[in-house]
This record gives sequence, structure tokens and C-alpha cells, in this order.
Amino acid sequence: MFKRVLSKLILGAAIAGAMVGAHAQDDSKVLRIVPQADLKILDPIWTTAFVTRNHGYMIYDTLFGLDGEGKVQPQMVDTYSTSPDGLTWTFTLRKGLAFSNGKPVTSADVITSINRWGKRDVFGQKMFESMASFDAIDDNSFKMVFKTPFPMVLDALSKPSGIAPFIMEKATAETPADKQVTEYIGSGPYVFKQDEYSPGSKIVYTKNTKYVPRSEPASGTAGGKQVFVDRVEWVILKDAQTMANAISNGEVDLIEWMPAEQYAAFKANPKLELVKPTPAGLFDLHLNHLVPPFDNPKIAQAAIMAINQEALLRAQLVNKDLYRTCTSIYPCDSALASTDSAYFTGKPQFEAAKKLLKEAGYDGKPVVLLYPADFAVINKFPPVMAQLLKQAGFNVDMQAMDWSSLITRRTMKEPADKGGWNMFITGWSTGDTMNPLFFPPLTGNGEKGWFGWPTDPKLEQLKTDFLKATDEAQRKKIAAEIQLEVYATGIFAPLGNFDFYSVLRKGVVTGLINAPVNVFWNLKKN
Amino acid sequence: MPTLRESIMTAPTDAVASPVRRKPLWHRVLCNWSVRLGGGVLTLLIIMAISAQWLGTIDPVAMDPSSGNLLPGTTAEFNNLSGDSFEHYFVMGTDSLGRDTWSRIAFGARVSLAVGVAVACLALAAGMLVGILAGYFRRLDNIIMRIMDSVMAIPSILFAITLMALWRPTLLTVVVAITIPEIPRVARLVRSIVLSIREEAYVEAAISLGTPTVMILVRHILPNAIAPLLVQGTYVCASAILVEAILSFLGVGLPPDIATWGNIMADGRTQFNQFPQTVLFPGIFLALTVLSVNILGDGLRDTLDPKFNKRGG
Amino acid sequence: MFFFIIRRVLSTIPVLVIVAIIVFLMLRLTPGDPAASLVGNNGTSADIANIRASLGLDQPLPVQFYKWSLQLLKGDLGESYYMKRPVTQLIGQRIGPTLSLSFLTMFVTILLAVPLGVFAAWRHGGWLDRALMGFSVVGFSIPSFVIGYLLIWVVALHWQLLPVQGYVPIAQGFGGWLSHLTLPALTLSIIYLALIARVTRASVSEALSEDYIRTARSKGISELRVLTRHALANAAVPIVTVIGIGVGLLIGGVVVTETVYAIPGLGQLTVDAVLGRDFPLIQGITLFFSFVYVLINLLVDLSYVVLDPRIRY
Repeated sequence: MFKRVLSKLILGAAIAGAMVGAHAQDDSKVLRIVPQADLKILDPIWTTAFVTRNHGYMIYDTLFGLDGEGKVQPQMVDTYSTSPDGLTWTFTLRKGLAFSNGKPVTSADVITSINRWGKRDVFGQKMFESMASFDAIDDNSFKMVFKTPFPMVLDALSKPSGIAPFIMEKATAETPADKQVTEYIGSGPYVFKQDEYSPGSKIVYTKNTKYVPRSEPASGTAGGKQVFVDRVEWVILKDAQTMANAISNGEVDLIEWMPAEQYAAFKANPKLELVKPTPAGLFDLHLNHLVPPFDNPKIAQAAIMAINQEALLRAQLVNKDLYRTCTSIYPCDSALASTDSAYFTGKPQFEAAKKLLKEAGYDGKPVVLLYPADFAVINKFPPVMAQLLKQAGFNVDMQAMDWSSLITRRTMKEPADKGGWNMFITGWSTGDTMNPLFFPPLTGNGEKGWFGWPTDPKLEQLKTDFLKATDEAQRKKIAAEIQLEVYATGIFAPLGNFDFYSVLRKGVVTGLINAPVNVFWNLKKN
Repeated sequence: MPTLRESIMTAPTDAVASPVRRKPLWHRVLCNWSVRLGGGVLTLLIIMAISAQWLGTIDPVAMDPSSGNLLPGTTAEFNNLSGDSFEHYFVMGTDSLGRDTWSRIAFGARVSLAVGVAVACLALAAGMLVGILAGYFRRLDNIIMRIMDSVMAIPSILFAITLMALWRPTLLTVVVAITIPEIPRVARLVRSIVLSIREEAYVEAAISLGTPTVMILVRHILPNAIAPLLVQGTYVCASAILVEAILSFLGVGLPPDIATWGNIMADGRTQFNQFPQTVLFPGIFLALTVLSVNILGDGLRDTLDPKFNKRGG
Repeated sequence: MFFFIIRRVLSTIPVLVIVAIIVFLMLRLTPGDPAASLVGNNGTSADIANIRASLGLDQPLPVQFYKWSLQLLKGDLGESYYMKRPVTQLIGQRIGPTLSLSFLTMFVTILLAVPLGVFAAWRHGGWLDRALMGFSVVGFSIPSFVIGYLLIWVVALHWQLLPVQGYVPIAQGFGGWLSHLTLPALTLSIIYLALIARVTRASVSEALSEDYIRTARSKGISELRVLTRHALANAAVPIVTVIGIGVGLLIGGVVVTETVYAIPGLGQLTVDAVLGRDFPLIQGITLFFSFVYVLINLLVDLSYVVLDPRIRY
């Protein structure tokens, strides 16, 4: 009896083996990328999370883009003009633009999408405040009319990050801005394969055959977005070791963000190449000003005084090549960087912090620090920050969760012990942080603002002043004042600057574009 | 459905040759080589856990990012976040945040052993209660055992993980989450003992004499239960230590800054290829602890009336 | 025999019902508001009220349970509140790797353990017998993730014989599928192997001491036939029992092994669900696994009818 069972098993295995034979896909047309995080939220207007934004760049297109030199270039727009008084802006779309389901892109789609964007994006909100009307002229052109001149319209429409103004179908864009969309049809270079979407495991995109790229070469988020592969798979790998193994074995071709602890190993590996496609990044500690205790600016300042930039950066990035301390809220190599940072030195001041806590009457209730355990790029910060805060006199409750939970949890406005939060740490790029008007967390309009919801009317006024500034010197002055105001209220504080590296298989993957954000068109696989 | 342990234990082992002169029980227990080996190693580990502070360790939570991932056997400057610095010999190296691995292992032993003992005691107590109720009161038997079967149908690690997802991770919740899936096995054991003792003549006599139930339980049932419960307790302890490590490893156990063996391994996981020591050292201690508790249990089972444990549920 | 089958099948129903009740209660009895946990992406009280109404959370518990079980019977395990997709769909997507791993593990285990156990029983007291007994205690004690990392370190990193992690579906090549699953299957099978080999050895050993074996031998039947056709066949019942129970171990082990080897199966889905506090998903997976476990044990019990005609309930 045993022998009979055994022989059946062997037969079965042999049949299975024979059946599969040569079922291998044509690998040279499949590009496998390890994205920075798992993609569970699919609406890039609803959230500012970068992974969702990158998903947006895969399947949607924008009216304007930023080229390699940071100049605004038309993308979906063909021609545009401004009236002499600067109050009317007219745009005409390129011919032949279509969504991946074949429907043509019309002004109605554009207007609805931009309206929805304007409700969520911090700069969009500013633009719409000055707007009088935004209507279609015909199916292919539309115009914006302003109450007061708004010179930065093109900057708004080419905004690379924070929230990028992706164009969706009208019906989809009619979803209220505080709810997530449920349809994912775009007019971008790739098509989202919803039937193969396996969150936590794999996200699949195929080439959008209906996409008509511009004729210029690709540059930044502008130019011709050519696609040279048939299929792109985002392979979700959770930890640095797994990523390193996978790319060494050729199981994946590109890692979007190199996990810092593998830097030495990657550099030494002759099969791999390290590149810097995007400008430097910034890490920030964000505080919740809606609920205690950080609604008290003294306590917020005490928390900021606990920051030890060197220790934090060292823990996360390991290698000194990869990071720099910087006490400005703007990247230290950007135009607006300011060295005047009031009490914030980037070095820990535990005694001063403890004094502030006593003055402010801190009640000892634990502050909830959200800890995204699965996000390799920032998951070493919270444990170190927790230790630093404890030394400064806080009680800390560090709660582990995955990144998708964090970006959902931070939308909660309840007190921390009822499902809310007090602080979290995340990373930003130069594109977000170089201009105070673009940076989502730089808001002072309370609950209408970004997570943390600080109320700081002076900050809002300074932002309006910045918008109206006429020359560089004035902008720099106001930017410095904005920085001081941020520290005074304790809205957020920088942990330092760092370099984003991507890892690719040498000689196999070519064509990675330098851009303000990570983009995945123009890639060739050999 | 018979349980795992019962299947192993009811399988006939080699017959134990009974010596001509019966030595006293405690003597037999202590002379059994399994008890000596398992108990000995366990005692060493307990001593290590208790005296962790004096074994060349530093604060297990103190981190120094600039001393991350040092190799075992390095002596280096340790700068903790308050700014103090001192020289330290890192026997087993450091983890990615610069915490001393040996210190975390030594202090982590406290958590592992504490969880093991706590779960064992709690599971024994609860299981005894349930088992007595089921065995003694006929009417409750069926429904109680059905519930126990159902609890056993949910794979125990899954059950523990789910409970941890619902609660906030503290030592108490971890202990309770691990205990609940272990209760049915103990309950079945106690129930089977109760059922067999109940039929004995002297118990019937006691009942007819009007002895209160409590007295019967304490006087007759309990003494017969102690030995098998003790054996079962060691197995529960071993299993609990294992499950706690798994919970921490998966990230749903105690918060990651607390030093537990599972947490140390979870941290070392991301750089295993380059620095395997952070995973392998706590792994060895974990294996050693569980092994010694299991061997101790086997030894106790062989000496403390092996006949009893053959009676399955 | 027919009645036996019917009765056995029917007896699983109360167990399944109670499992469903336990899983149902787990979410409803959490501290805090389950509606708030489920609503996630919007903190407005209007949304929480909506969810509460749509789930019927403001109705008494039995009513809620009734509605929920109706859904369950239709095969609807609810919807993951993160990914806004049915739980059944998510389980379906990830079940492939887990099934592959489980089948390969069971195949390897039974292939190795049964012959080893038979041989050890045959050469009773020999070196293999003793080695097996020793191995089974060790195999049961070392945590599977420690074994996993040791295997990775030695086989994949030092000797570079097999891939370190990952999964290749069988549709993309049998060779890739097998090489990626070899280490995980080995890791998972060690505990199972220890268990099954030990039980096989014990029950075959007992069968070999029976009279009919002596008869068979004196009839001149070849030793191989004696071992397989007579001894093993009669020892089948406890072996198959333990295989069934071991499935529970397998399910728990799958969660850890998939994490160590980065296999995108149900185990990883579970860990993701727990880390994300995705309650509908956690509930769905727990129910799924429990039902599978009960089903397999049902099949095991029913197989007794085939294996041992003497068994009647």
C-alpha cells in the first residue's frame, strides 16, 4: 500500500514537472522594480505619500512638467498664453491625448481634476483663493481667470510633488476630495493592471499603447515619456536584506531607494550600479498641534530640543557619505536655506527641554510616536527619537505599524489615547522643501491644513507675503522669517539632509532619468 | 481530537525497568539524567537572567548609533545619547542601533523566562479550573469540551497573533495572548484525570458520606493531578518561550526597544548577510532554553509516574 | 459505516460554529470602538456612524452574529478596509505559494519520516533508533526561524547552492520553483519530521511485537513485505492521526517561514494584516485556516475507516 501511494506521488510530480516545461516569460521586456514602500493607497490626490505619487506618475499625465534644469515645460498642454494684465490664463491641450480606455482627454476632465487637486494641495488651495473662474472654452481649451494676479500658475500646474496635479477622467475626479477614488484610468505612459494588483506582493503596469509621447527627449518630469518595456512589476520587498539578495540574484532589476545599511555591500558589488536620480532629501519630525500636549508651543519646543541630528542620521543612514546635518527647514544646498534657527541647534539640549516641560506643566502622559516598522528608509529614526525624548523628560509610547497604517492613522484628529497621534517622522525631497509654498506641512490654517493642523496666522500671512514678493532678496528674507516662525510654534523640525540612491543592475538597466521625483519611463532593459 | 503531546506520549516508549528497591520519589527525579541535564542548563540560564547586571553588561536599551554593527569581540567607545562615553568590550557585538547584543541577550533572558513561567502557571490554573468543571459536572462536560476543541482548532500562533493585534503590546497582554491557546490541552489532561479518579471506589464512598465537593477535589483529585500537571507545565513553558520569540520576531510582540530574544533577531534580520551574529546569538540561546525545558519535561515525565501520562484525552 | 461517516461529519459543525463565534467576538470585544478601527481613512464622526449602521454595530450582539454568519455562509469573508477588496480575493491571490510550500513540506516529511521511523523500529535499539529519538527532541525545540537562518547562512550564503529567498510560481519553471522552495520546505519540515518519525517508530515498533508478525515471518514472507504490508499498515492509524494534528503546526510554521524567506503567501498576508490592524482581513484568514484545519482532521478521521476496519465510533 505504501509503495502504491509512493509511486502515485512520484508520477504526479513528474507530470507536474513535464507540464511546466518552458513557460518562462520573455524577461527582457519585464522590468522589476522594488518601490520605496508597499502601495495600498491608490489615490495620489488624497494622500501625499510618495509611493502613491510615483504610482500616479506611472498611469497619469500632468499639464506641465519640470525639465532637468527645473524649468517649467508644457506636457499635456500644447500652447498657452497670459493676458497682459496677468489675470487670464488660456491653455490648449495637445491633439490626440487619450485615456487608456480610448476616451479622449477633454477640458472637462482637466477642470474637474484640477479642482479636486486644488482642494487637497497646499499650493493649489492658495491658487484657488485668488481665482475668479475656471472654465472650458471648448473641448480642447480652457481658461483661468483670477481676481488678483497670481504669477505662479505654471509652478502650480507643474508641481512635482506634495501633491502633483494629475489628470483623471471627469467621472473619477468627481469623487469628493476627502474620499479615495475607486477607478484608476489615466492618460499616462503605463496602464495599471488592476486584476493583477496584489498589495503586499506585486503591483503590475503594462505599456499604454494609446499614449502619445511628446517629441522632445525625456527630461525631468517633462519631455517625451517613451516606454521601452512591455511590463513593469513593482515587487514589494519588505526588508533591506531581502532587497539586497533579490537584486544580486537578478530577481529584481532596480531598487528605487537604496536601504542605507546595505550601502557598503552594494558599492562593493560589481554587478550593481548606484545612481542619484533625484536631488537631496530631508527628514522631518512632525508634531500634532490639534491635541495635547503639543498644542502648547513650549512643549513642542522641548520635543524639538531633544533632537540629536548626528545620532539620528547615523542610525538610519550609517555611512557618513550619505547624510549631512542641517538646521534649516530648507535643504542646506538650496537657495533659501537659512542658518538662523533660534533655539534649534540640531544637538540635544536635555536640560533646557526639561526646564521647558516644567514651565509648561507637562502632565507626564505618554506622547504617541508612530513607528513605521516596514519602511526601511525611515524605520530607524523612531527608536532613537524615543530614547532622545525620554532623556528630555517625556514619556513615550512608540507604536509599531506598517506605513500604510501610519498614513491613515495620521488623518485621525482624536486625542492620542483615543486613536490619534502626537508625532511621526517622514522624509521629503528637495522638490517639496525648497519652496515654502510647496511644502505641505507648512500650514497655519488649523484643520484645513496638513496633518498636525497647527494654527498660526502669522505663518499664513508670511506665506502670502512670500507669494507677493518681487525679488530674490525679499524672498530670502521672508523665507528666513518663515523658518523662525516654524520653530517658534514648533510645527516640525528637520533631522537632516540625505542623498537618495537608486540601485540598478549594471549593464542591464539603462535610461534612468534625473528628475525631481523618481520616474520610471524611458527605462531600457538589456 | 487527541493533542500533539498526547500522541507522542501515548506512543509506547521503552519499558522502564523497575528497580528492586524503590528509591524515594525525589531521589529518582534528581538522578534521572534528563532532569539533571535539562534542569542544570535551565538553572544556569536562570542565574544568568537574574544576575544580568553583573555579567559585564550595560543598559540594554542604551543605543549608540555610531557604534552600530560592531563585530563580536570588539572593544570600543560607547557614546550614549546623553553624551556620556565609556569603553566597553562587546562580547557579541552590537546591533544596528549600537546596542550591546550580549546585554540585550542577558536581560532578554528575563523576559523569556518570565513569560514562560507566567504562561505555564496561568495556563495550568485556568486549565485546571476548566478541566475540573468538565470532568466533575457531567452536564457541563459536553459544552466545555466542544469549546475547548474549537479553541484548539485555531492554530495557536495565529490565535496569539490575532489577540496581539487587538490589544496593545505589554507584558501582560503577551502573556494572556499566549496562554489562551494553551488552556485546552491542560483542561483535557485535568479532565481525564478527574474522570478516572471519579470512578474510584473511595471517591464514591466519600460522596455518599456527604463530603463537600471542594474537599473531594482537594483531598483526592488534586494529589493525583500534580505530577502530570507539572510535566505538562514544562511543555507549556517551552512552547510559550518559543511563541513569545516568534511574536517579537514578527513584530507583534513586545515593543522593539525592550530587549527580548525575538526582538533582537527581528532587528538583525535586515542585515543578516553582513552581520549574522545579531540573529544567530539570540537564536542559540533561545534554542538552548527551549531544549533544556523540553528535556527537563521528558525527564520528569519518565520519573514522575509515566503511567499517568499515557492516558490521553 | 455510512452512519459513522454522517455522524463524524455532523460533529464538526458545532466546532465550526464555535470557532466562528470566537472569531466574531474577538473583534467585537476589543477595547475601543470597532467602527473607528474599521473606518480608518476618515476621522469624521459621520463616517463612523455610517460604518456602525452598515455593520449593524448598534444592534444587539446575537443579531449582529446572525447577520455576519449569513454573510459567511454565502462565502463572503468581508472586505479588507485598507485595500477595499474582498478578503476572499486576497486569500485567493496568496494561497498559491503557501500551498506549494505546505505540500512540498508534507511530501518531503512523509517521504523521509515514515521510512526512517520504520527502519528505526525494525532495528530497535540500534544507532539509528537512538539518533532518531535524540533528533526528535532537538527538532522539536529549535525554533523554525533559527533553523531557517542557519540554513540560509550555510547553504545559501557560504555554499551558494540555493537561492536565499523569494518565490517562483511553478508556471515559470519547475526548477526555479523547486530551488526556491527547498530551503523553506526543509526548515518547516524539521519539526514535522521529528514528530512523525517518532510516532512512526513507536507504533511500528508496537505492531512488530504482535503475534501476526511472527506468523508472517514464519510463513517466509520477505522482510520488506512484513514491514510495509503488515506492520506499517496496522500502525497507520496513529501515524495518520499525527499527520492531521501536525497540520496545525504547519500553519503556524508557515507564518514564520514565509517571513524568513520572503515568500508572498498567506503567512506574510497574515503578518501584514496584523501590522496594519486590518481586522476584516485578520478575521477572514483566521477563519480560513481554522476551517482548513478542522476539515483536514475530519478527513483524517474518515480515513480510519479505510485504514482500520476495526474502528467504529
